[in-house]
Amino acid sequence: MKTRGERQTLFVWMLIIATIIIGYYGRDLAKLLDARWLIKFPSAWVIRFNVEISAAMKWLVEDAAIGPISFTDVTRGIAWLIEQPYQLSLALLADGFIVGQGAEAVPVLPAISWIVVTTAVIALGQYCRDWGLAALVGACFLYLAVFGQWDSAMVTLASVIIAVPIGAGGGLLLGIWAYRHPVGERILSPILDLMQTIPIFAYLVPILFMFGFGPVSALVATIIYATPPMVRITTLALKSVDPEILDFGRMVGTTRRQLTWRVLVPSSSQTLMVGVNQVIMLTLNMVIIASMIGAGGLGFDVLAALRRLDIGAGFEAGIAIVVLAIAVDRLSQAFAERIGHIDRPVTGSWVSRHKRTTLVGVLLLLTWVLGQFSPLLLKYPESQTITTGVFWNDTVKYLNVNYFDALEALKIFFLTWFLLPIKKVMLGIPWPLAIVLLSLLGWRAGGWKLALLCLGLSGLIAVSGLWAKAMVTVYLCGASVILATVIGIPLGVLAALNRHAGTAINLFIDTLQTLPSFVYLIPVVMLFRVGDFTAMIAIVLYALAPAVRYAAHGVRSVSKDLIEAGQVSGCTRWQLLRHIRLPMALPQILLGLNQTIMLALSMLVITALVGTRDLGQEVYIALTKADTGRGLVAGLAIAFIAIIADRLLKAGARNARIRFGLES
Amino acid sequence: MRSSSMKPKAKLSCSDVWKLYGADSETFLKNRASPGGEDLERAGLVGAVRNVSLDISEGEIFVIMGLSGSGKSTLVRCLSRLIEPTGGEVLFDGVDLLRASERELIEIRRHKMGMVFQHFALLPHLSVLQNVMFPLTVQAVGKVEAEEKARDVVELVGLKGREGNFPRELSGGQQQRVGIARSLVTEPDLWFLDEPFSALDPLIRREMQDEFLSLQARLHKTIVFITHDFDEAVRLADRIAIMKDGEVIQIATPEVLVMNPATDYVAEFTRHIPRSKVLTVAGLMKPELKGKGVPVAASDRISNVAKHIIASDEPLPVADETGRIIGSVDRVTVAGTLFESGKTQ
Repeated sequence: MKTRGERQTLFVWMLIIATIIIGYYGRDLAKLLDARWLIKFPSAWVIRFNVEISAAMKWLVEDAAIGPISFTDVTRGIAWLIEQPYQLSLALLADGFIVGQGAEAVPVLPAISWIVVTTAVIALGQYCRDWGLAALVGACFLYLAVFGQWDSAMVTLASVIIAVPIGAGGGLLLGIWAYRHPVGERILSPILDLMQTIPIFAYLVPILFMFGFGPVSALVATIIYATPPMVRITTLALKSVDPEILDFGRMVGTTRRQLTWRVLVPSSSQTLMVGVNQVIMLTLNMVIIASMIGAGGLGFDVLAALRRLDIGAGFEAGIAIVVLAIAVDRLSQAFAERIGHIDRPVTGSWVSRHKRTTLVGVLLLLTWVLGQFSPLLLKYPESQTITTGVFWNDTVKYLNVNYFDALEALKIFFLTWFLLPIKKVMLGIPWPLAIVLLSLLGWRAGGWKLALLCLGLSGLIAVSGLWAKAMVTVYLCGASVILATVIGIPLGVLAALNRHAGTAINLFIDTLQTLPSFVYLIPVVMLFRVGDFTAMIAIVLYALAPAVRYAAHGVRSVSKDLIEAGQVSGCTRWQLLRHIRLPMALPQILLGLNQTIMLALSMLVITALVGTRDLGQEVYIALTKADTGRGLVAGLAIAFIAIIADRLLKAGARNARIRFGLES
Repeated sequence: MRSSSMKPKAKLSCSDVWKLYGADSETFLKNRASPGGEDLERAGLVGAVRNVSLDISEGEIFVIMGLSGSGKSTLVRCLSRLIEPTGGEVLFDGVDLLRASERELIEIRRHKMGMVFQHFALLPHLSVLQNVMFPLTVQAVGKVEAEEKARDVVELVGLKGREGNFPRELSGGQQQRVGIARSLVTEPDLWFLDEPFSALDPLIRREMQDEFLSLQARLHKTIVFITHDFDEAVRLADRIAIMKDGEVIQIATPEVLVMNPATDYVAEFTRHIPRSKVLTVAGLMKPELKGKGVPVAASDRISNVAKHIIASDEPLPVADETGRIIGSVDRVTVAGTLFESGKTQ
């Protein structure tokens, strides 16, 4: 006699297998039944949301107005506000100050010399931690100069310098608002949820439409992308301030403002800095994507190189982004730690208290004055730069000439035995069945509310006429997520159980996470050229980190008592893993899977660059044509897939936690 | 001074204070004058503080004692209005705290109340001196004046020389000294101490209790002191309120609590307390004026004078505060008290 739970599990498995079989033979089945509508959503039923959205956007930009202030005035105002500081930082770091336009332009003051910038980051590194960090960031910036990436890197840095304070500051204010006012939280929380699941590309097109092609658009997109984690971390940090500190603040008679700015914010400053670090990393992550709507700098270099398949140049610029990211990341992390360790004030004159600032200031003046006579002081001489482009191109050529067969065999093996069958199943599942199954799953995992959500969202995807492309998306993501999970979970378990392996794996994952997502694409494209296989590898690399992290965390946080209980009962190491560690870590592993799916979905538009035919490509095409409706609909379809996956998995994880008594 | 001997005016008094957690607790309370535990359970409410009335006199050390979850922390937060009580009245110097506007409340807290916390609640980013100055900084007191006052209280709590340190560089006992200094810098009338010594090691705790008593001997604050440690309560209190499940079971001097516990629950606490540490000479004194030798004071605790009494063959005379002989005490009675208590220790 099987228990009810076992019977249900059996039922679910049978349903899954049946679906796979139906999907695999779906095409033939439909032909046999002469019912092509089963696998292809009838075009007569398609509601053309994209046309209507395009029209609405057009109205918004051209006609919408409240009184005398039109919508365009508002966007122009925002653009102007962002543009001013951006122009300043761009002039300081990259272009120099110029008076006049065109041929009459007269340079007034050159940009800050590479020598001064490098000295400044070295000084900052030494101030934040020690000479080791100073050496690292100094080496990073020297690399940029020596390898001829300086100018682009400074353009990128200029936009980072603008985006990070706005993102972090805005996030802080919103987070405080959500903390202080329940209404704020009620408004922000669903928006943040949605923002986390909507891939950034969904709002790239509307932003392009509203702000036009250019660096301001790119900055707006970057800020929108980078702010949400700061809001969350701020609210979280404020909520986790020791309640006694809060009571103390109120007992000494602070006003609300004093309580926030003099008690709560300073005492959670370290957590807040983690948020700032997140903002910085996300900003750098956006560098390449933002260049699609007009950001210059390193991102543009990578994108341009990728478009003309100039592997060498793309790789060089990609590495430069990584180098910049590493420098900025380490600096901001060290700065965060530093905040907790305030030194005793040093007495003495201003100069002796600010040795580093003085040094940098003097250097700046010196290079500006002497730079008139010796351009070397202002600009790293081009003749002295080293280019690695040729080397990379030759390496790829060598690999392709000598290992072509092996690489091709690997690719074909995966395509035939892994990717194509999944694709066939996904495209073959009749859409009504898929919708019903999703709703059923939702009902099982989270009751009728979730069922309705699944039904509604998947129905919308079907009605929008993007069903086939959505299925390709699901297939590509699904395959990548399966692979990432198969690789990631064992790695995570290993990292948790073996300290040496853990160190190595952590380093590997940390490195992967510091790399902007585009960079993965370059070496893979070099070896496997464009196509689904390339896209999959890039997605797997990008989405691997959470699978490993969550699995390791889950296994590590299994209570010691349980492990000891297992050992006392005479479990072997394998049995401990199989019967205690893994089941108890399941909720965490599911959350990791959730994150993996989210990251995989957010990689989609990037992989569209290498010729996939899914929703990502749809967004990408819309982007090049500035077709708002099309871009938004495709972006929302990706978001819907993400939301369905997210809600189902979260409900599953919660059920598992309840079953284990970790949550009630 | 025992509050029973004279009747000073109440500095802080509360009547019928309730704190209920749960939906619509306010309407629930309005509809029933004094709901019992069953009523609450049926309504799905949790009674953190139930129908508490207290009068705390000026200059008194009033200890609220209870185990964890008894509602003592919630009660003290209702008295300081850190938590909004569901019902009742809290009078501080005759002002109804629960009716005070936010502005008035801020003023009262800035000038008349101080609070010490169990886990010190020091601001990690400020130095010792800056932490102590903080309440004054918030009031926008001039920097020079604030620093001068802060240095005075830092010295008072014995941390002179540590002004520049940061909280994380201090031991637990030192951190709590900072907390105490900080709560005293505004010269409050009413001093709340929420389990101030519970997070400290036993030896440090004892030392801090002694210093607390000697501080109070100098400052004469009105004190509301929370603890879960009955020994501590007995050592420090003028009067003790014992709480259980949100209710105050008994309010009395340590002596009365030990001699006449109101319920078995109270008796359970007092059983382990050596009688000699609680009882005063007045409690064992016989009215016959037959003693010889140096008189003992009626307010002395037995444990402090036992050696002296036992060493004397004759009963000793007992004197009141004015030095008038009011009775005598003999060693048989004292020995009885000592041994009875030894039995249960």
